[in-house]
Amino acid sequence: MEKQTASFQGTPRQEQELLAAIQELRGDKGCLMPIMQRAQEIYGYLPKEVQKIIADQLEIPMEKVYGVATFYSQFNLYPKGKYQISVCLGTACYVKGSGEIYNKLMELLGIKGGECTPDGKFSLDACRCVGACGLAPVMMINEEVYGRLTVEELPGILEKYK
Amino acid sequence: MYRSHVLVCGGTGCTSSGSTQIAEKLISEIQRQGLSKEVAVVKTGCHGLCALGPIMIVYPEAVFYSMVKLEDIPEIVEEHLLKGRPVERLVYQETVESGGIKSLKDTDFYRNQHRIALRNCGVINPENIDEYIGTRGYEALGKVLTEMTPDQVIQTILDSGLRGRGGAGFPTGMKWKFASGNRGNVQKYVCCNADEGDPGAFMDRSVLEGDPHVVLEAMAIAGYAIGASQGYIYVRAEYPIAVERLKIALAQAREYGLLGKDIFGSGFDFDIDLRLGAGAFVCGEETALMTSIEGNRGEPRPRPPFPAVKGLFESPTILNNVETYANIPQIILNGADWFASMGTEKSKGTKVFALGGKINNTGLVEIPMGTTLRTVIEEIGGGIPNGKRFKAAQTGGPSGGCIPAEHMDIPIDYDNLLSIGSMMGSGGLIVMDEDNCMVDIAKFFLEFTVDESCGKCTPCRIGTKRMYEILDKITKGQGTLADIDKLEELAYYIKDNALCGLGQTAPNPVLSTLRYFRDEYIAHVVDKKCPAGVCKSLLTYKIDPEKCKGCTLCARNCPAGAISGSVKEPHVIDPAKCVKCGACMEKCRFNAIYKD
Repeated sequence: MEKQTASFQGTPRQEQELLAAIQELRGDKGCLMPIMQRAQEIYGYLPKEVQKIIADQLEIPMEKVYGVATFYSQFNLYPKGKYQISVCLGTACYVKGSGEIYNKLMELLGIKGGECTPDGKFSLDACRCVGACGLAPVMMINEEVYGRLTVEELPGILEKYK
Repeated sequence: MYRSHVLVCGGTGCTSSGSTQIAEKLISEIQRQGLSKEVAVVKTGCHGLCALGPIMIVYPEAVFYSMVKLEDIPEIVEEHLLKGRPVERLVYQETVESGGIKSLKDTDFYRNQHRIALRNCGVINPENIDEYIGTRGYEALGKVLTEMTPDQVIQTILDSGLRGRGGAGFPTGMKWKFASGNRGNVQKYVCCNADEGDPGAFMDRSVLEGDPHVVLEAMAIAGYAIGASQGYIYVRAEYPIAVERLKIALAQAREYGLLGKDIFGSGFDFDIDLRLGAGAFVCGEETALMTSIEGNRGEPRPRPPFPAVKGLFESPTILNNVETYANIPQIILNGADWFASMGTEKSKGTKVFALGGKINNTGLVEIPMGTTLRTVIEEIGGGIPNGKRFKAAQTGGPSGGCIPAEHMDIPIDYDNLLSIGSMMGSGGLIVMDEDNCMVDIAKFFLEFTVDESCGKCTPCRIGTKRMYEILDKITKGQGTLADIDKLEELAYYIKDNALCGLGQTAPNPVLSTLRYFRDEYIAHVVDKKCPAGVCKSLLTYKIDPEKCKGCTLCARNCPAGAISGSVKEPHVIDPAKCVKCGACMEKCRFNAIYKD
């Protein structure tokens, strides 16, 4: 299933950087992973468009690039937002309504878990217990912890980041 | 010449507790007090006592300051560095005795240790090749290139009895011998496995951070021994400090002509490339690691052919672990007999362990093989915190097993650990006390394996998942005695049939807990109780009305509103609403809340 995500917005400059990196590394044996790691440094993630450039340049099937990208947990196929929201779905938070918080955020942001808003601002993920059960329900936006949340507060909190 | 050196730990542990800022503050304060020409600040690798970070040591007197705070720096500089009076209040209290401060070497933590692999960690500046050379660095490489034949090198390693420190314990010299045929006629490779993935293990990281050159030197020695001109270090991307220091070390070694063409004018060429992992545990398995360096999905492949015959890029390859390499230059310099004089009959030398879990001195220790677990835990580790009782030590991570109290006096070596159902592993040693549930621990490791199974072979991909499901069922109180049998049967099946080391060893945590703690499994299944009080489905939180003072603190902190009661009256927990988060128990000041 295709996830909704920010559309790919690579700049010509990024592409140039990538092509230069490929040029530099292509002579090395087993250069695919180092090139993909450089590509992720340049773009922040590895969308299909970038995988295609790598595959074309190295004259290998894109399936091969995709296979490597999906095997290793450090390669991201989807961009993370500038603000990464993680909602705790641990037991204590869940019974205090973090499921509703999660649903409301999906509704407000118009994306599902694991996705990123089209403007690249917010990404949403569920996480396991963050160890702040006393503050349940809890979510984190980047490093900031928000506790004792109510559904009503959410639009105001998101507004701060817009 | 400086009259005093201040060594500040720059390992990952101390960096997380703020040692970078400590070093900066120290430098500026030394400058402010006009001591820049007399006192030098050196950032070193790990000292081992990670629990006490940030750590700093003042030489020549070797005074050890622990848990240093920024606000203490001016006082230390003025009192100790300027006036020569150690600030006793801030010194590691274990080293303070009447009449002065004793050397760190005489503390319980260090006295039983013997440092070979960690020799330079915490002693030299890892970003300065001259300091490594100053401690006889690259002398072993010079010796093999100018005085020894490749076969003599291999014979020395064979005679030393050195076995692989990555876990399996295969004799290192044998590996080298297998790969040594056809020197000069075929392309060969020397690889270093620095993909340290076991949760709770950080020995290799500390060596790379504290003494990166030792790995480069040893790889060059290995290259000479088997006739390879190219090496690869495969290191976890999760170790940014180690990667950075390796890059610096490689550049310096090339600049000094210790890597590259015609090393020491001997005609021997050798260079090393760095390859970063991308977060796949299975890549610590040797064939998977090589597949990954080749630029593929890091899946293992069947052996034979063994890497010594057909390894990286289909060429003869040797692959050793970081700690194994860290022993090599010392063996060359001091001789095989010196190394073989330490340890037990079949396990020579020392082993580094990362102590973690329920133990006072968490950190890194290097002990001679044959030391007992009791010495490691009670003396070096400083015992179990809070007066709790030792239950078991887990070695070998997700591939290993647990050692119960009854085996605490067995000398630690490869064969003894195997005979009691555990394994040496890479060196993670997690201590568990009476509050840990062994079924829960087994489940934790299986969950890890399920996550990290690469999916290539069926026994591992599906088998570990089924094992995890059964364990989950048991911890929820839904298991039956037949489930335990099924679990055991599956475990042996996976052990026999999985393709690689990851799958073959994945059932070990279950088998060893079943062997020593079967009664805990039975308690979960038959009595529907978790004796350690960990498995939430099987316990209820209760308030002792005798002890409860009615302070309402628990009720106010309960996330589920499950606690009721009037002020100054004993409170009650409603089991139907309780989510068993334990928040009330943590908050209670009268120990009135207990798990049943």
